Amino acid sequence: MRTTRIAAAAAAALGILLATACTTDAPTDEAEDATTEESGDEWFVQADYEEQLAQRDVEPEGDPATPWLQAIEPEWIDTAEFAQEGGDHTVCFSNASISNPWRVTGWITMQQQVAVLQESGQIGEFRHSDAGDDDDQQISDIQAFIDSGDCDAIIISPSTTATLTPAVEAACESGVPVIVFDRGVNTDCAVTFIHPIGGYAFGADAAEFLVDNLEPGSKVLALRILPGVDVLEHRWAAAQEIFADSELEILGDEFTGGDAAEIKNIVTQYLQRGDVDGIWMDAGDGAVAAIEAFEDAGKPYPVMTGEDELSFMRKWKDTGMTALAPVYSNFQWRTPVIAATMILAGEQVPAEWVLPQEPITEAELDQYLEVNADMPSLHYAKFGGEDLPGFPDAWQDR
Amino acid sequence: MTRVRELLVRATNPTATVFVLLVLVFAGVFAMNPGFFEGPSLMAFLKQAAPLVILAAGQYFVIVSGNFDLSVGALVGAQVVIAARLIDGEESRTVPVLIVMALFGIAVGLVNGLITTALKVQSFITTLGMLLVLYGAIRLWTGGAPTGSLSEAFRTPGRLGIENVPVLGQIPWALLIMIAVGAGSVLLMRTRFGRILMAAGDNERAAALSGARVGTARTIAFILSGLSATVAGVLIGGFAGVSAQVGDGLEFTVITAVVLGGVVLGGGRGSVLAAMAGALVIEALFTLFNQMALPSTLRPAVQGAIIIAAVAYAARRRTRPVPTTATATPTPS
Repeated sequence: MRTTRIAAAAAAALGILLATACTTDAPTDEAEDATTEESGDEWFVQADYEEQLAQRDVEPEGDPATPWLQAIEPEWIDTAEFAQEGGDHTVCFSNASISNPWRVTGWITMQQQVAVLQESGQIGEFRHSDAGDDDDQQISDIQAFIDSGDCDAIIISPSTTATLTPAVEAACESGVPVIVFDRGVNTDCAVTFIHPIGGYAFGADAAEFLVDNLEPGSKVLALRILPGVDVLEHRWAAAQEIFADSELEILGDEFTGGDAAEIKNIVTQYLQRGDVDGIWMDAGDGAVAAIEAFEDAGKPYPVMTGEDELSFMRKWKDTGMTALAPVYSNFQWRTPVIAATMILAGEQVPAEWVLPQEPITEAELDQYLEVNADMPSLHYAKFGGEDLPGFPDAWQDR
Repeated sequence: MTRVRELLVRATNPTATVFVLLVLVFAGVFAMNPGFFEGPSLMAFLKQAAPLVILAAGQYFVIVSGNFDLSVGALVGAQVVIAARLIDGEESRTVPVLIVMALFGIAVGLVNGLITTALKVQSFITTLGMLLVLYGAIRLWTGGAPTGSLSEAFRTPGRLGIENVPVLGQIPWALLIMIAVGAGSVLLMRTRFGRILMAAGDNERAAALSGARVGTARTIAFILSGLSATVAGVLIGGFAGVSAQVGDGLEFTVITAVVLGGVVLGGGRGSVLAAMAGALVIEALFTLFNQMALPSTLRPAVQGAIIIAAVAYAARRRTRPVPTTATATPTPS
């Protein structure tokens, strides 16, 4: 009897544990808005899709040598009301997390940029808090910044959209300038919202590349990290739009959690069932494992889209395969601290600061690999910190 | 009559359930894709299943002695990250790093075991703590992103095999390692140590009173689990390379596999072979879902339902031949 009860309880518990393990353990990649209450086709907004696709062709304002200061179709706003005398401002940053390599890379870049601004006397103290992907933690982090009264500007990289909106509004009401970047919130009270073009553009860049480089009737496998995170859903939604108008056959779309072993298993199994001509990925994590699955199965390399993560780009170079590295601009981590100093100096900033987001093509591959030659494999090529004094040690020694 | 009944009992005993399930799942895979049972594709399946099977053997020792080891997933992840960082692409460092990894696996198992047995902390808490410690320490050490890379030699056991074998194509090293670990585990359970382990899980007091060193045996079980996580880490790292997510959630998958194999949580019952078969069932189930092109969002739910059904079935069968006592109500059936 004892065994029955233990076994039954264990079965139930393990069932639940396993289900949750499979659904929540996966990392949320560079997600923009992680609202999970929506589902299905609601991830696709035609107007946003068209806007982002159009923004890819707009020449951004500003110097191409400093893409983190460029802006696409900016609407400049006056910030004289926030101007403060002197320097040594206290800037506070509430970070959602550094739970994936993309965020780790960006966070290092931001710290290096802050060091430059501290050297020049524009920023005095730089406070930061890491919420570890926990909404409640981030809400209290932001409140703590407000309550301290020491912050001259508050930078927020929100964990999720809907939940963090009231916290961002509270920060705005405290009177200090607020800067939101990466993922958005449902309020425009922040002085500026900084982000690259977005998920639709990422997914469309990748899908268009496959359509252009594969024969009609070719078979494409889509590898996705996890469902329910909107920037990732947008990437897939855009790809579906483009695949629907093409003559490519989509074999399936699989969730991998970004786990290399899982990716290799899935691709190996697809290869056992038949040929795969193309691979579309919603993020580059584990892309190398997908390529190795082709090698180990003795199949020709697919046409493939990954991300500007170096492990993928190095494998791309080594194999000479046909590939593209779509980019979710990592250099955006520099912009918020610069924006803070601009606002505190009363300079104009764009109300919505849309940064350029251009994929890395084969023509640029060598150049990016050379610049990042000494960087670790989970580093992102378009991190945009080559001119900072800490380069390259700060990014190598992480 | 008695012989028929004996056969029936044997076929429906909890250990046999997993083999029946394995046959059913394989039959399903075969129906979907007969090509799966051709040599090369079967070998590929066994290669990627090997790490979980080895982990299941390690976890079996801990569970059968009445404990849990929740730290194995984090340990696998830690081992791969440590290997990549220490080897950093240098072939010559492969063997020294493998030794370091083995020592680290033993050390983690030893700490788990000593805290559980000497300090009397429940193993669920001990190993949950160890999971967090390892996870946090690796994050701290690497700053969130693993660095370095594995050498070709390190990747050989998990990725390569004996090439150009007739019919089979390639016999993966991982498969041979898996068979060796399996054989070793079966033999170990037949020794005095194995019997003490089983007795410790069944009735700790009785085992201790009869002179068995329960604490020592349990600590060794944790060390074996740590070692199995090390071997699994070498194979997984070899199979797929380094990523930040290596090992995530493996502890739950492996405990599920062991329980699916009819090993009773709380200890004292079950065979190591069935535990390893449980791991194969889980991997085969993943393959079946893939062959069925089941929407990936639905898979965890289906998987959970199958596991609950299988374990409940096994538990029901187990209780039947045992006469019920007055204090407990038998499960309605």
